[in-house]
Amino acid sequence: MKVALFATCLTDTFFPETARAVVRLLERLGCSVEFPLDQTCCGQMHFNTGYREHSKPLARKYTEVFGGYDHVVVPSGSCAGMVREVHPTLGESPPRTFELAEFLVDVLGVTDVGAWFPHRVTYHPTCHSLRMLGVGDKPLALLRSVKALELVELPGSAQCCGFGGTFAVKNAETSTAMLADKMRCVLDTGAEVLCAGDNSCLMHIGGGLSRLRAGVRPVHLAEILASTEEDPWRATP
Amino acid sequence: MASAREEILRRIRAARVPRAAPVVRGYHREGPGGVELFAERVADYRAVVRTVPDVPEALKALAGKRIVAPAGVPREWLVGGVTWLREPLTTEELDRADGVLTGCAVAIADTGTIVLDGGEAQGRRALTLLPDYHVCVVRADQIAGSVPEALQRLEPTRPLTFISGPSATSDIELNRVEGVHGPRTLEVLIVT
Amino acid sequence: MARNPVTWLGSPTFPKAAHTALADTQLRQNLRKATGTIRARRAAAVAEMTDWEMLRVAGEQIKDDVLARLDTLLVQLEESVTARGGVVHWARDAEEANRIVLDLCRAENAREVVKVKSMATAEIGLNEALEAGGVQAVETDLAELIVQLGDDRPSHILVPAIHRNRSEIREIFQRRMGVEVSDEPADLAEAARTYLRRKFLTTKVAISGANFAVADTGSIVVLESEGNGRMCLTLPETLITVMGIEKLVPSWQDLEVFLQLLPRSSTAERMNPYTSVWTGVTPGDGPQKFHLVLIDNGRTATLTDSVGRQALRCIRCSACLNVCPVYERTGGQSYGSVYPGPIGAILTPQLVGDLTDPQAASLPYASSLCGACFEVCPVRIDIPSVLTHLRAEVVEAKGRTAESVAMAAAAWVFRESSRYEKAQKAGSLARFLARDGRITSLPWPGSRWTSSRDVPAPPAESFRAWWRKNRG
Repeated sequence: MKVALFATCLTDTFFPETARAVVRLLERLGCSVEFPLDQTCCGQMHFNTGYREHSKPLARKYTEVFGGYDHVVVPSGSCAGMVREVHPTLGESPPRTFELAEFLVDVLGVTDVGAWFPHRVTYHPTCHSLRMLGVGDKPLALLRSVKALELVELPGSAQCCGFGGTFAVKNAETSTAMLADKMRCVLDTGAEVLCAGDNSCLMHIGGGLSRLRAGVRPVHLAEILASTEEDPWRATP
Repeated sequence: MASAREEILRRIRAARVPRAAPVVRGYHREGPGGVELFAERVADYRAVVRTVPDVPEALKALAGKRIVAPAGVPREWLVGGVTWLREPLTTEELDRADGVLTGCAVAIADTGTIVLDGGEAQGRRALTLLPDYHVCVVRADQIAGSVPEALQRLEPTRPLTFISGPSATSDIELNRVEGVHGPRTLEVLIVT
Repeated sequence: MARNPVTWLGSPTFPKAAHTALADTQLRQNLRKATGTIRARRAAAVAEMTDWEMLRVAGEQIKDDVLARLDTLLVQLEESVTARGGVVHWARDAEEANRIVLDLCRAENAREVVKVKSMATAEIGLNEALEAGGVQAVETDLAELIVQLGDDRPSHILVPAIHRNRSEIREIFQRRMGVEVSDEPADLAEAARTYLRRKFLTTKVAISGANFAVADTGSIVVLESEGNGRMCLTLPETLITVMGIEKLVPSWQDLEVFLQLLPRSSTAERMNPYTSVWTGVTPGDGPQKFHLVLIDNGRTATLTDSVGRQALRCIRCSACLNVCPVYERTGGQSYGSVYPGPIGAILTPQLVGDLTDPQAASLPYASSLCGACFEVCPVRIDIPSVLTHLRAEVVEAKGRTAESVAMAAAAWVFRESSRYEKAQKAGSLARFLARDGRITSLPWPGSRWTSSRDVPAPPAESFRAWWRKNRG
């Protein structure tokens, strides 16, 4: 199956290992992955901050870049939600766009992707994957099938980590209070790795954990699923 | 200058709100109903609920009390040993009564609710409000399964009171506590 | 035009107000406990209903129909109420509504009136207006009484004193009622019962709000718990009901939807203890004079906004407040309005109607757009979408700002992948600011991020650079 990868601007720029993991994972599952180099950003930051007009050309560009593909895969619930739920309100008819876990479970029909990840992991379901896309338990089903992975439940998992895009800056103190509670829940699990399907939330919680020198690693779902015994995940320095 | 009424109506029309889609009533219109479900749901509100074969027998426990009996209460309910208070009653007299005995218009099994409509054996609304104890007799055939079924049986222009358990409040730390201004004890007698 | 009293005069913007609230650890603790309790209870009450989603859809559709036919339905309501012996008044704004109510109180020579909890009267600042006119309004709902006796402001739609815990309530009652009382909720409720009993029995005029008004029958519906509502609606000689023009349902049957949606969403009960329905005046039962005051106060302006008007579907259940992570941290008073929380963030600025007002303009940003509010809303108000819609209006109202210039520049960069790539390369130089792979301090505005979180150092190679090298 031919699949286009929309890496998202954040992952492309800050977390290339996530996008490389998506490529490795999808190719292992028999997909042929393309990365149209003309892609940039889905326009979510602009739209959510009130710059609707600026988000329109970006939505347009997304349709132009990915319009020829039957399946676009995004390693971000938030950006997938922007494309699917918001782009149509900006006058676009975007191509079929899937968050990674949805694509694996709904389109490829797999939950066991042959991964191996010998770590204690807790999972934070990000707000947009949970409530905009309705991804539900799919990421958990994928994680449960990963060999050697010990999954521990995150208390209060459905509550927002406080990122919210520019909210984290415009209402920094409230955002930080939300983050503090989320971090306490993460630390209470005793997990070594915090997993989520969105690097924006991981950057937020991870940024907080890093400040605390807490030692919990934020790792994108794609990287866990790409990890195998032959080619295991390695922490980027 | 236009009146407030004319101006508000003009502003509404100027907003040009498009016609809405027809209402789809896909929810359940009927509930399973039944005495048991009703009794269970009433009890959940920490009301006293008893299924009784015989009302007068059950009311003997009121002996020695001053109980309000609205117009239309069946004669056989007015058992001996109770001081029955009949209308006209002043607010002060109601406030001093030990309790009130009524029937009801409709009951709702799903929610454990009784509904009074001021008709036979119910009286005006103040009668069931001021006394601290309310005993309400519900016939099995008065129990509707669901909220929609109950509303259908009611006449909306009568003064209606839906009662679900004793008075309560959730105003302290959002947890329910029974007993504020309305009757602090509600007893429901279900006649089968 | 007079300012809309829905916001409190002199309130700071949301981030400033939140700064103060976040420092109050007692408040944080009270809110965490109360919202945690109600969230779990609501979830259980809703899980019991297999047809919940269908009820939500019907609730949404009925309310949309009301908004589409509002003029006809209001006239119909007026006719039915009048036919049953009530008197209907119309008020364009808060000032007009307050004047009508004050005149009605004066006509009855009332020096004191009892009140049932009502958001509409809080919105128009009725108590203050009555007091200025020499009429004392006594709040009879327990939480409203706590707020009134504590000279406080409300912080929640359903439970205005949610920010107070039992020992704080005890302190207020002891100080203002002059009684000894424990901090047991049952004892506190008993104290309120005793304190208000005489007032209920002797006061001649009551003021209420309305949860619903049925257009075709003229019936008014009030849901409550304590029995204070029944007292006010039953014992006085005159009843004045103040309601927003959007509180209508077309027919009696429509109530079957809302009497299921509202109790479970607000107090997490199958049914609230008491619901009163009355239609005009009933000879021999209850108040023999009934006045209905219909208020606009910004609603018709809200109605003109095709996206924002869905806020008028709101039935004031407060489920969105209880699940909101922002509300849980900052409390309701930070919103500077009688309508706090997610619904307040979309309703308040629309009722104020002036997005150049910095306080009102800060409210649509008081959300991380997590969507928990939309998920629980019994009438399916898409609060996140209205928030972003209002943010766009705020941006437009503000015109050129440092932020708008930066956003325009970012959009310009993102429009072309070549520009984006250049910016990416330039940005990756920031990795030289990093130690151990993290950046702990950035200049303003990045400092707002790095005050509490590190930033990962940008990698030496972006994904696209890697792709080009290995796959291109």
